[in-house]
Amino acid sequence: MAKPYLSLIYKDFLLELKNKSTIGSILLYLISTVFISYLAFEGIISDKAWNALFWIIVLFTAFNAVLKGFVQEGENRNLYYYKIVKPTVFINSKIIYNTILLLILIYLAFTVFVFFMGNAVENLASFLIVLAAGVIGLASILTLTAAIASKVRNNFTLVTVLSFPVVLPQLIIILNSSEKAITGAGLDSLLPYLLISLLISFIAIVLTNVLFPYIWKE
Amino acid sequence: MTSFAKDNWWKILCILILIYVIIGGLLFEVPEMPVLRETIRNIYFHVGMWFAMIFILFLAVVNSIMFLRTGKAKYDIKALAMVHTGLLFGFMGLFTGMIWAQYTWGSFWVNDPKLNGAAIGIITYLAYIVLRGSIEDFDKRARLAAVYNIFAFVMFFLFIMVIPRMAVASIHPGLDGNPALATGDLDPSMRKIFYPAAIGWMMLSYWIAQILFRIKRIEYRCDKLEIG
Repeated sequence: MAKPYLSLIYKDFLLELKNKSTIGSILLYLISTVFISYLAFEGIISDKAWNALFWIIVLFTAFNAVLKGFVQEGENRNLYYYKIVKPTVFINSKIIYNTILLLILIYLAFTVFVFFMGNAVENLASFLIVLAAGVIGLASILTLTAAIASKVRNNFTLVTVLSFPVVLPQLIIILNSSEKAITGAGLDSLLPYLLISLLISFIAIVLTNVLFPYIWKE
Repeated sequence: MTSFAKDNWWKILCILILIYVIIGGLLFEVPEMPVLRETIRNIYFHVGMWFAMIFILFLAVVNSIMFLRTGKAKYDIKALAMVHTGLLFGFMGLFTGMIWAQYTWGSFWVNDPKLNGAAIGIITYLAYIVLRGSIEDFDKRARLAAVYNIFAFVMFFLFIMVIPRMAVASIHPGLDGNPALATGDLDPSMRKIFYPAAIGWMMLSYWIAQILFRIKRIEYRCDKLEIG
């Protein structure tokens, strides 16, 4: 039952490690955007701006990362997957893989960001949990929009345009709660926000499972 | 003659209702409110636009679902026509709201969850149009657009249902959720125009969508002829 999922996720990681230029380009993208913000602001500006800047960088890195996972597959390989697994298995393993990948990326982004811009976060534990919830939200929504965009030429602009409006409900909740965590709010006061965020993620995953089979066949 | 009446009675009804709404909306008595004053009449037009937009966008989603189930191009073209109409009414809602905001709040735009929700709705559907524009293949375009339409509508609905409830304060009326659906606090004297207004604008939106659908169907057939 779990075997096709595991082998698909394993395959995705293997691909990522084999073709180091894609993951490398994402890391470089991340570091250079953080460095640009460092050059522009030189340290912590205000809690609000720190938060906004961090999430904008994370958001665009996530667009990049999730889209790359689809584009690098290529048409022939998609045909092969089509023969051996169900579309829902394929897309769910992509969601899981994207969650893990983004989780690694976001904690890395946080480390780099703190290194350059300084740490504005007062309540680190709740901030890290907000980051995890945010990643689940991003991965659950971006996977479908990236799958759509990957079928089209000129797809990086398109994935941004398509994802931005649909990811917004999620993003606003996460922005609010991460700002609260930065100013020192504990987990108990953030819990309702995180639950709403997880609920939206759940709805997005259900929709993805229903809708993906229609676009997967070329 | 009889078949004309049978097919078009609702259009005549729509015109009659909207004439009633425009005349009644501008002339009938309204309750005196401190800041609003006579601008309160805008409620028949501004809120009506949002009603019509959500109504027609919901129908667009229904058509997208029908397309995915049957694969008939007709439903895809219908969904496209309805999204275009929804955008038209969305912009109208935005403009009537902005004029109203200028008179009552003193500025065309305020940072408020409901206004932002409206802006996001319009951006969402512009993205839908962009998506369609970037795919050449008919079938692929229709499928991807239908999937995005369904996904985006649900996310948009979550946005306008969830976010306003989360906000600490909102300057826009109807704090508990969607203002267009909570009309309980409307003065009884205004309801006799407000409800017909909502229905009339919805009918008008369907009418416009129907005409747009016919235009787009002709365009689609012409494109098919050129290619095939």
